[in-house]
Amino acid sequence: MKVEQISVFLENKPGALAEVTRILGEAGVNIRALSLADTKDFGILRLIVNDNEKAREVLGRKGLTVRKTEVVAVEVPDRPGGLAEILKVLSEAGINVEYLYAFVQQSGENAIIIFRFDEIDRAIAALSEKKVRILEGKKVYGL
Amino acid sequence: MIWDEEFETLPREALEALQLKRLVSTLERVYATVPFYKKRFDECGLKPADVKSLKDLKRFPFTTKLDLRDNYPYGMFTVPLEQVVRIHASSGTTGKQTVVGYTRRDINTWAELMARSLAAGGVQKNDIIHNSYGYGLFTGGLGVHYGAEKLGASVIPMSGGNSKRQIIIMQDFGSTVLTCTPSYALFLAEVAEEMGVDFKNLKLRVGIFGAEPWSERMRDEIERKLNIQAIDIYGLSEIIGPGVGIECIEAKRGLHVFEDHFIAEIIDPHTGEVLPYGERGELVFTTITKEALPLVRYRTRDISVLYPQPCKCGRTVVRMERVSGRSDDMLIIRGVNVFPSQIESVLMNIKGVEPHYLLFVDRKGNLDTLDVHVEVNEKVFSDEVKDLQALGRKIEKEIKDLLGVTAGVKLVEPKTIQRSEGKAQRVIDKRNI
Repeated sequence: MKVEQISVFLENKPGALAEVTRILGEAGVNIRALSLADTKDFGILRLIVNDNEKAREVLGRKGLTVRKTEVVAVEVPDRPGGLAEILKVLSEAGINVEYLYAFVQQSGENAIIIFRFDEIDRAIAALSEKKVRILEGKKVYGL
Repeated sequence: MIWDEEFETLPREALEALQLKRLVSTLERVYATVPFYKKRFDECGLKPADVKSLKDLKRFPFTTKLDLRDNYPYGMFTVPLEQVVRIHASSGTTGKQTVVGYTRRDINTWAELMARSLAAGGVQKNDIIHNSYGYGLFTGGLGVHYGAEKLGASVIPMSGGNSKRQIIIMQDFGSTVLTCTPSYALFLAEVAEEMGVDFKNLKLRVGIFGAEPWSERMRDEIERKLNIQAIDIYGLSEIIGPGVGIECIEAKRGLHVFEDHFIAEIIDPHTGEVLPYGERGELVFTTITKEALPLVRYRTRDISVLYPQPCKCGRTVVRMERVSGRSDDMLIIRGVNVFPSQIESVLMNIKGVEPHYLLFVDRKGNLDTLDVHVEVNEKVFSDEVKDLQALGRKIEKEIKDLLGVTAGVKLVEPKTIQRSEGKAQRVIDKRNI
């Protein structure tokens, strides 16, 4: 039910992002989804890749600060109001969304959105109870 | 004007005889009442009675900031606290402040020395002194304040900050003398310009500037922009505060040291050897009239030269050159003493942060800035921006609380701050003073 995301700390300077994508490319790691949060001085690059171990190893070896976080991949109906319905379920259960970003691939007819929750287990329970489809990590890495 | 004509123009033989008498008295006092000094002198096999001439002073051990820290807070006072009427403090090399104390007589001595200093700088009884040195634990504000009152001038206790209001008060109250750090003086000039106020229309005549090093070039700039005479003042809280040395307005070449209260030496900072007049080295002072906290051969870490040549103002005391640097790594940022090791101790107290840091010191628009680059590591790295921002702010707050100085913290990638064998380079000072 949980997906492993990798976050990388980047200083806000030219080439920082290019360097990360180059390292991953050379190691044969494929990025499935990504999001970049920015501040004036630094950014946090969040990645879903097809080989977490490899990614952490090659990035770590280059001296980058890498961290593993558990997130949830949710299937969202690909129509207006699709995301709003999901968020309604969460807010009614009192669950806070820290951030989210979309997946490039679709799962059948549905969009896939990566969610980071402050209370991941409660979030998964609340969504499952309302029959919201959650994707397995294994499935997500290989999409 | 010479405030204390008798003592500021003593013939050298009389001055040196007086110094010797006061030195022996001071050594006896500390030997009898300060366990630290008794132990030190005994270890060196020295007794106050051994001092027969001023040349014997060099046989005595140095006192350093570390000694004051090891005896924090009051371990080096010669009197019980009931007799201490004032306590001031300045930065220590780590978390602890350097604490100094004054008896009633010490406060009067200090006021006298400050009156001498103001008078030497051309200040008179009918002047209105705009005192923008910080009031508080720092000795600058109250030092000037008591000296001004002793002189009989009218002092406006402005302290720092609120710069627009400072300019308005200068206009409305008719301030004639400005006392503050030299960089703040230039900052006020900028503020005035923004407000459309021309210093030529103000009544300011002279400024007494210190608490940080400043160059002849800066003096020219201040004199030009503020339309005043700019005078250098020197001091340090361990010795008494401001009022240890002052330029005379007649010559403005070198600062007169009040030798009837302080014996000045210049030493080689590496060997401790006493250097002759005219050679550059570290300033060492022995206080010979202070009661609560006399210090013997206190190493200031300030680099200067002593010149004995008589001055055209008539004072017979030795002059020191403007301080040209430090023999340690202390920084002065907006008049506040900052040791890189203090920043290090702040970082080490925050869970998960490793003390890999770099201090960038610069001067933007005449005010010093301090930026601290801290390396991120896996322990503190969060996947959420707000956590990292909170960490940055926490470090800023700790620095502000401990050091009293505002720093901007920037988180940087790990291993980007150069490691080195031995002493790491912690400071990049871009200021061109």
